[in-house]
Amino acid sequence: MAAPAVPLGPNIVDEEIQISNVTFWRRLRRHKVAVAGLVVLAIMVLAAVFAKQLAPFDPNAIDNVHWQGTPLPPCFQDASQCGGHLLGTDNVGRDLLSRLLFGARISLTVGLFAVLMELIIGTTLGAIAGYYGGWVDYALMRLTDVFLSIPLLPLLLVLTAIVAASSSKAALSFWVIVLIIGALSWMGVARLVRASFLSLREREFAEAARAVGNNDARIIFRHLLPNAIAPIVVQGTLDVAGVILIESGLSFLGLGIQPPTASWGNMLSDSQANLQIAWWAAVFPGLCILITVLAINYMGDGLRDALDPNMN
Amino acid sequence: MRRTLQAIPLLLAISVILYGILYNMPGGPLAPYLQNPHITAADIARLKHNLGMDQPVPIQYLKWLGHIVTGDMGYSTSNSEPVFQALLERLGATLELMGASTLISILIGITAGIIAAVFRYSLLDYVITTGAFFGQAMPVFWFALMMQLAFAVHGIPLPFGYQIQLPSAGIASSDTFDLGDRLVHLILPATVLSLLGIATFSRFMRSSLLEVLNTDYMRTAAAKGLSFRTILFKHGFKNALIPVVTVIALSLPGLIAGAIFTEYVFAWPGMGRLFYNALNQSDLALLMGYLLMVAFLVVFSNLLADVVYAWLDPRVKYD
Repeated sequence: MAAPAVPLGPNIVDEEIQISNVTFWRRLRRHKVAVAGLVVLAIMVLAAVFAKQLAPFDPNAIDNVHWQGTPLPPCFQDASQCGGHLLGTDNVGRDLLSRLLFGARISLTVGLFAVLMELIIGTTLGAIAGYYGGWVDYALMRLTDVFLSIPLLPLLLVLTAIVAASSSKAALSFWVIVLIIGALSWMGVARLVRASFLSLREREFAEAARAVGNNDARIIFRHLLPNAIAPIVVQGTLDVAGVILIESGLSFLGLGIQPPTASWGNMLSDSQANLQIAWWAAVFPGLCILITVLAINYMGDGLRDALDPNMN
Repeated sequence: MRRTLQAIPLLLAISVILYGILYNMPGGPLAPYLQNPHITAADIARLKHNLGMDQPVPIQYLKWLGHIVTGDMGYSTSNSEPVFQALLERLGATLELMGASTLISILIGITAGIIAAVFRYSLLDYVITTGAFFGQAMPVFWFALMMQLAFAVHGIPLPFGYQIQLPSAGIASSDTFDLGDRLVHLILPATVLSLLGIATFSRFMRSSLLEVLNTDYMRTAAAKGLSFRTILFKHGFKNALIPVVTVIALSLPGLIAGAIFTEYVFAWPGMGRLFYNALNQSDLALLMGYLLMVAFLVVFSNLLADVVYAWLDPRVKYD
């Protein structure tokens, strides 16, 4: 599916449908949304970092004073009933806003660490495959094919369910979730790095580095990898969004982050029981996921435009 | 044909890895029994012997593979029936949901992609591409909850006192078949499951059509004096569709994952829900059967994508 990268000059068909020279505005708009994505993400990160300072309540504390068995409404909906909870409370009377803030910590850190792990595994395997070629490449790429053929979400669910069954659901700690997601999502990065290395190793500077007697590890990490970094950064950024979606999905099905720790996914899971009376408990956590994922995707897209104009 | 043969070692490798991961996890298939205080160590040893678990792992694997190849996927403890039969019973509901969603995705996604490409940089294009971005970032389970909230819990009020109120759970109201009732039950789940497909297909259709509109043969067609409509649909559309067909085939893993969430939220009696129930009951045979089946489907759809691609575009040759 190689795309002809070079446009073939001014175009008759295009002129019929293209009103004026708006390419510039489109570029600007693209960059604007990328910057907007960055700003939104920065706000999310700050909210996560300062969750403790920003949260008006303890995220796991039940409001015994106001809570009467049904979720308290947000203050903007019913100021007399909300008991000071700006976005209301969940089923058991815990402050929704505070839980959202602490949930941001979980989502962003799972995303960050799982992607770091994925990058380490993927880059190492991809670099080895691309640099050495031959049967090493063949074996590693077939391994990649195998892992790519197993749908990720069902496999993750089975693994987390087995961990939960082997002791208890409490065994599904933060790091176990990170480990399981990170260990199974390196395939895209591995392919990407391999493709870069296949061409990079033939270049003259690689030849020169070899000629002066550098060992393979040094050539791979000091000479080749820095030249392959752009697509890795783009892929890594977009994968953070993917991991956030996966983690919230696992938590939603009860096989991710375990209560009482708040994650946006398990908050949504809790909201189902009172969907009829408490719309706020279902709306806000999902909105947080959507906004964060959207911000990262737009930012990743902008990065791709900035770092590699040939990709689309 | 050669590519079909290449799929066989791939499937074997998948089975080795799945077997290796699942059966060597702490506890293994006997995990549910290890927690039970009424089952002694001697019982466990006897169970292990009866199940052949005291034999070397490669032998166990080969025996297991032999069963799988002959269609025996083991016995589902959570459903008290053979895994194969349990999966088969839920196949219809899942096919109904996935089929409807894929159809909706293709129709709306491709139409939106064409509109966006033809009216490039217009407001309409902006709305479609932004919508596609939202669709790809949307958590399926949240979208499902929001649809339930809007159409099932509250109901969307219409003029003249009417209200749209849709069923939010199940595949039908009663056991007797009623097409209208089935369709009404299908609306919300199919809408939820089709969103990702619509987003993906429209983006690919847009970029693919834009690329085609920029080719020499399109310029030739325009130079011949053909109308834009003729050029678009006789030449452009067909060629632009080729890569999109591949994307449709490759969207299966996303569809499978989405179906698990959709079937869970809407209590849809399909394979995704069966799988979810098995997760919480450590029904390893069923989980294994499901994973093998979806992996097989993914390998098969990838193969299909290659074959269809080569057939639609004779320039593509596989060695």
